[in-house]
Amino acid sequence: MQERVILETIAVTKHYGAVTAVKDLTLEVPQGICLGLLGPNGAGKTTLVEIIEGIIPPSSGQVLYLGRPRSTSFREKIGIMFQQTALLGFMSVEETLRTFQSLYPQTLSVEALIRLCHLDEIRKQMNDKISGGQRQRLLLALALINQPELLFLDEPSTGLDPQARRNLWDIVQNVKREGKTIILTTHSMEEAQQLCDLVAIMDHGCIIAHGTPGELIARHTKGIRIVLPAGCLHQLSPQIAAEAKVVDGRTIIRANDMNQAMHALVAAGIDLGRMRLETPTLETVFLNLTGRQLRD
Amino acid sequence: MRLKRMWAMFMARNYEFFRDRAAFGWNFLFPFLIIAGFAIIFGGDEHREFKVGVFPCMATDAAVAAACVPAPLQETTHILYIAFSDMAQGLDKLKHHKVDLLIEKGTRPVKYWVNENSPKGDILEKMLLGMMVAESQTDMVRQKAVSGRPIRYLDWLFPGIIGMNMMFSALYGVGYVVVRYRKNGVLKRLKATPLTPFEYLSAQMLSRLFVLLFSIAVLWAGCDLIFGFKVEGSYLDLFIMFLAGSLSLIALGLVIASRGTSEEFANGLLNFITWPMMFLSEVWFSLEGAPRWVRGMAETLPLTHLLRGVRKIVNDGAALADVAPEIIVLTGFTLLFLAVGALLFSWNK
Repeated sequence: MQERVILETIAVTKHYGAVTAVKDLTLEVPQGICLGLLGPNGAGKTTLVEIIEGIIPPSSGQVLYLGRPRSTSFREKIGIMFQQTALLGFMSVEETLRTFQSLYPQTLSVEALIRLCHLDEIRKQMNDKISGGQRQRLLLALALINQPELLFLDEPSTGLDPQARRNLWDIVQNVKREGKTIILTTHSMEEAQQLCDLVAIMDHGCIIAHGTPGELIARHTKGIRIVLPAGCLHQLSPQIAAEAKVVDGRTIIRANDMNQAMHALVAAGIDLGRMRLETPTLETVFLNLTGRQLRD
Repeated sequence: MRLKRMWAMFMARNYEFFRDRAAFGWNFLFPFLIIAGFAIIFGGDEHREFKVGVFPCMATDAAVAAACVPAPLQETTHILYIAFSDMAQGLDKLKHHKVDLLIEKGTRPVKYWVNENSPKGDILEKMLLGMMVAESQTDMVRQKAVSGRPIRYLDWLFPGIIGMNMMFSALYGVGYVVVRYRKNGVLKRLKATPLTPFEYLSAQMLSRLFVLLFSIAVLWAGCDLIFGFKVEGSYLDLFIMFLAGSLSLIALGLVIASRGTSEEFANGLLNFITWPMMFLSEVWFSLEGAPRWVRGMAETLPLTHLLRGVRKIVNDGAALADVAPEIIVLTGFTLLFLAVGALLFSWNK
């Protein structure tokens, strides 16, 4: 059975003066998945997402929701967790939830949201008196308040400690289980690998790679990296030594055939107890595709 | 339009105003302090418009210093006499405009010095010369100038201070705050909800209107209790006048709020609007006799019409029909500013 497409962008372009932030971009988002949008700073991710959300208009192109142009009720169907948003001042967490609840026709109860996003302990606290993790959970609760079919999360775990990050991911996983579609913008490859079913990598306003994390790793990386102490290099056979290089005091061998590489290392009398294996990740894919040059 | 959404935004803004205790307190304290200050300066018997130095006179008290000048000059209550030990000291004070005129004690005819660069000195000289001439020798006969209840300067000033406070509260409370919301992303967050610009701006307007009318009521009651203001006209007419004025000032705030993310620019723009309005709308002084173009400029400012209407009701007992021109002009301003504000408004940066 063919997957139902919840969202489509057709040849979307956005210019800011002479700069083209999004270039003729076409994308389909199947319903019920979590799509990760990855890309270096300035790649056009936020612009693309804000066009889809209806915050800014495209210079050209079209965005379809369930096969049709977005209507005025589109905002009742989506939830957005912005990365940089101030909350209404001088209001408690619970009052903020109730205020936003009044803006939508169909909503989750405040109690359900408080339970879902673990806000019970801070429900009476003022917005400016809560921690970074609590604030992100509140922003997520606001995004979920109207029981959205489509949820946008813009770098949700940026600046959070590991516990708060895991906690937030758990909540997002629960939302995923309810069949919601999520579009996640992130710089964290770990976050993308944890949460995303599909990943699209953007650079210079275009999508340069698209697929499941596994597909992208298989398609855009080669072999496994074997890391050994630097002194091992002279013990290696000429055939393996040709594939090896010394970086930061470590001998690194890129192995396409692990069995063959292991036999060769054992034959050369290398102590495998000091060996470390590095399997390719989304970060490897990201760096291979977008380069290692610093972007600001 | 959903009233529920407007109500939510109305309440959110009210929470912000009433819970920000520092700003809330200052909103009431500032105009009260100004009125209290002016009451002290102009309200008591101690205020003297002119200062006259007299030498040689060793008095430290003004009342004793007055004894050093000729008897006819002691009769006025508008002159404060200041004693100096010698002429050099007196002339130095006169040169630096510390006194408006200097008299030498015990001279006949009375010797006096005036700083030719001092306009007050010129007036004072003529006033003192007049006082030294017996009433029977003048060609003028004083008539009773004003009938009915006398209007104190404080009675005239009070509506001005209230109006000025309304202006600052409306323009900063809407213009500056919405620009700040746009800058820090609150507007962007609200744009992502079904809330419409009309609902949002109406809620801002109603919230500020509520705050303004509440502030005026509290200030009026407080100042009336202490300084005893009397309203010659009807309180209902006064309420309608304040309502029309508040709406026009808030609508002007919405024009400023419609665009931009720079708080510095918004502040500059607000200063550009509020300062001329404060000086040209007769908050502090009357523009009677000012050049025609200055009075013409004042007519383009909503605060001018608001204060004129309020003073007519408070000081002259005018009825609603008498202030209809002011109410019509203010309503016109409101509609114009609302149209411009709605046309220019943007949620985004």
